[in-house]
Amino acid sequence: MSDEMVWRRKDLLGIADLSAQEILMLLDTAESFVEVAERPIKKVPTLRGRTVINLFFENSTRTRSSFELAEKRLSADSLNFSGSSSALSKGESLIDTARNLEAMSPDLVVIRHQHPGVPHLLSKRLESGIINAGDGAHEHPTQALLDAFTIRRHKGRIEGLKVTIIGDIEHSRVVRSNIHLLTKLGAEVTVAGPRTMMPEAIDKMGVAVAYDLATALHDADVVMMLRVQLERHQKTLFPSTKEYFDLFGLTPRRLQMAKDDAIVMHPGPMNRGVEISSAVADGQRSVILDQVANGVAVRMAVLYLLMSSRSGGTEVRP
Amino acid sequence: MRRIVKGGRVVDPSQELDAEVDVLIEDGQVVRLDENIEATAEDQVTDATGLVVTPGLIDIHVHLREPGFEYKETVRSGLMSAAAGGFTAVACMANTSPINDHRSITELILGQAKRHPYARVYPLGAISKGMAGEELAAVGEMVEAGIVAISDDGLPVMNAALMRRALQYAQHYDLPVVQHAEDLNLTGDGVMHEGEWSTRLGLPGIPSLAEDVMVARDLLLSADTGGRYHVAHLSTGRSLEMVKEARRRGVRATCEVSPHHLLLSDQLVAESGFDTASKMKPPLRPQSDIDILRQGIVDGSIDAIASDHAPHHQDEKDVQFSMAPFGIVGLETTVSLCLDRLVGGGMIPLSRLIELLSTGPARVFNLPGGSLRPGRVADITLLDLDRQVTVQPDRFKSLANNTPFAGWQLRGAAVGTLLAGEPVALPEDE
Repeated sequence: MSDEMVWRRKDLLGIADLSAQEILMLLDTAESFVEVAERPIKKVPTLRGRTVINLFFENSTRTRSSFELAEKRLSADSLNFSGSSSALSKGESLIDTARNLEAMSPDLVVIRHQHPGVPHLLSKRLESGIINAGDGAHEHPTQALLDAFTIRRHKGRIEGLKVTIIGDIEHSRVVRSNIHLLTKLGAEVTVAGPRTMMPEAIDKMGVAVAYDLATALHDADVVMMLRVQLERHQKTLFPSTKEYFDLFGLTPRRLQMAKDDAIVMHPGPMNRGVEISSAVADGQRSVILDQVANGVAVRMAVLYLLMSSRSGGTEVRP
Repeated sequence: MRRIVKGGRVVDPSQELDAEVDVLIEDGQVVRLDENIEATAEDQVTDATGLVVTPGLIDIHVHLREPGFEYKETVRSGLMSAAAGGFTAVACMANTSPINDHRSITELILGQAKRHPYARVYPLGAISKGMAGEELAAVGEMVEAGIVAISDDGLPVMNAALMRRALQYAQHYDLPVVQHAEDLNLTGDGVMHEGEWSTRLGLPGIPSLAEDVMVARDLLLSADTGGRYHVAHLSTGRSLEMVKEARRRGVRATCEVSPHHLLLSDQLVAESGFDTASKMKPPLRPQSDIDILRQGIVDGSIDAIASDHAPHHQDEKDVQFSMAPFGIVGLETTVSLCLDRLVGGGMIPLSRLIELLSTGPARVFNLPGGSLRPGRVADITLLDLDRQVTVQPDRFKSLANNTPFAGWQLRGAAVGTLLAGEPVALPEDE
């Protein structure tokens, strides 16, 4: 982290707003937190006495556990609210729920919601810092950061890499945040998937579009598979999981179309046999579990930097 | 009783008039337009020096919300809003509760309007019973009670057979059939225009096709039945092209466009940070559509500008974008927006704007007004082309303040209206 650079944002709402420099600052900060997970006692006092609320309107195991662990390792006091509990299911308006939480004076609120823009709405109304942990199909900034962190650890760089993202592009927040992040850092991004899952004008986000795996995988350094949301979209967007796998499922044989040292990523949870075969998911090229491990360090970095901006840029070293 | 509107510049496209003349009114009707009409001691005089005098402006697409949704708007507040915005008449949509699909509701609305005579009200009746899109509503009875057109606005008539019947049957009363053109299957769960910005924001999109498919179908039905067809809040370039093309073939089709579809693009949803004041149906479209609609404003192919005044309570709009109801208010912003951005910007002359806001709307719905010819009703709007206004939603007469134009600084405003020759006075502090 360069000395002159200070984190100034109150919130992390998305990657779209960030500069390349800010992204690098987050990634560099995360490097320093990796080591904490390697200690016998995996805890630092950095956020002692600070309160973080995890407000999850949508079910999530992975992201929420990752945030919780990051908060605990930073010694923050954290509190969980889920969509199925309390007022959230009793018809209270979003704004009222948020105001009630605010009355408890949290320093940071981590929010996951099924509707795009909810973190932005809260950031306009709340004094607390807001971290977007996924808003509908809009953004999932910490996922993109941990993906980039993982790519950088394996490839040593982001710039100039060819990254291919395959799957349900239309309904994926992961893909949008990744497109913003990877293109800002100079990667060449291709998105691929069934035409029925490709959103209008996605090329305007600065990516190439492919509708078949051969084109998409050619020369790829990184292959990122997306979860097919069987529960929601199967009926209208593709006829069967078998057809999906036939057209876009990643098998060892198909992976040969990418570069020899290409890595395979997946934000999880995976549908084995739908978008990815077990042989690939568990194979040598898979870095899927690294992503999960890195997620904690990246989220520690996010929590730490946002908190430091709240303390007026005071240095709080891990 | 005589009244003379003196000293103003009369702009009346119905008689191709743009001149400094006085207007003599007797018993609620225009009697004579002439230079320097002398006032006798008994005459009342309205001083219009420095102002533009036009036939009363008519907004043919308004939701007054009464009966049933009085927390959003009432006939009273809606008509005060109309008068404050320079309108002497509004046509109100049938999607109240109960729905205006039979004469007792029409009579209730007109009864309320009589009690609060800030502007005239021309109700539209529903096309289908309960707006359920299955059976024809009691059109004839509602005509007797005073409706001027039929529409299920708020919802499209999805059923092509019903739409065909409506276009046939409405001809017995020479009524236009007004369509909220939207194929709901293509809309799905869409909340904004489908394109670059919906993709960036991850919001489900409403494709232009949802409107275009419906307009194409309806134009075929209109051509085949000979019925009068009016496209409400037309928003896509392709739909306008189809209407123009059908009209060249003799199809009796008209259309209206809303100010927001001429002035704002779908990018606003992103720029405003998901502000629900940028959410309406049809959704804000991209610049390419705006350009074609503006061309239609210039070349005469659009018949009317209508606000689609859609009041909602603040609590309903103060939610996440996907959950907010569609619609914005427009009665108190339309005139200034059009004067500043369309006329002031040099796109059209003032007389064309008056055609779009008065003569055209009157023609589309066969309404009295729209003209200051001798013998016509003396509904008049007074405009001050130089007045500087700032859009201040908290000062609207409407009960609602859901507008994306808050804070806009505009030049030109309506400064008064006359109904049947009588100046309309609004209660203060409301």
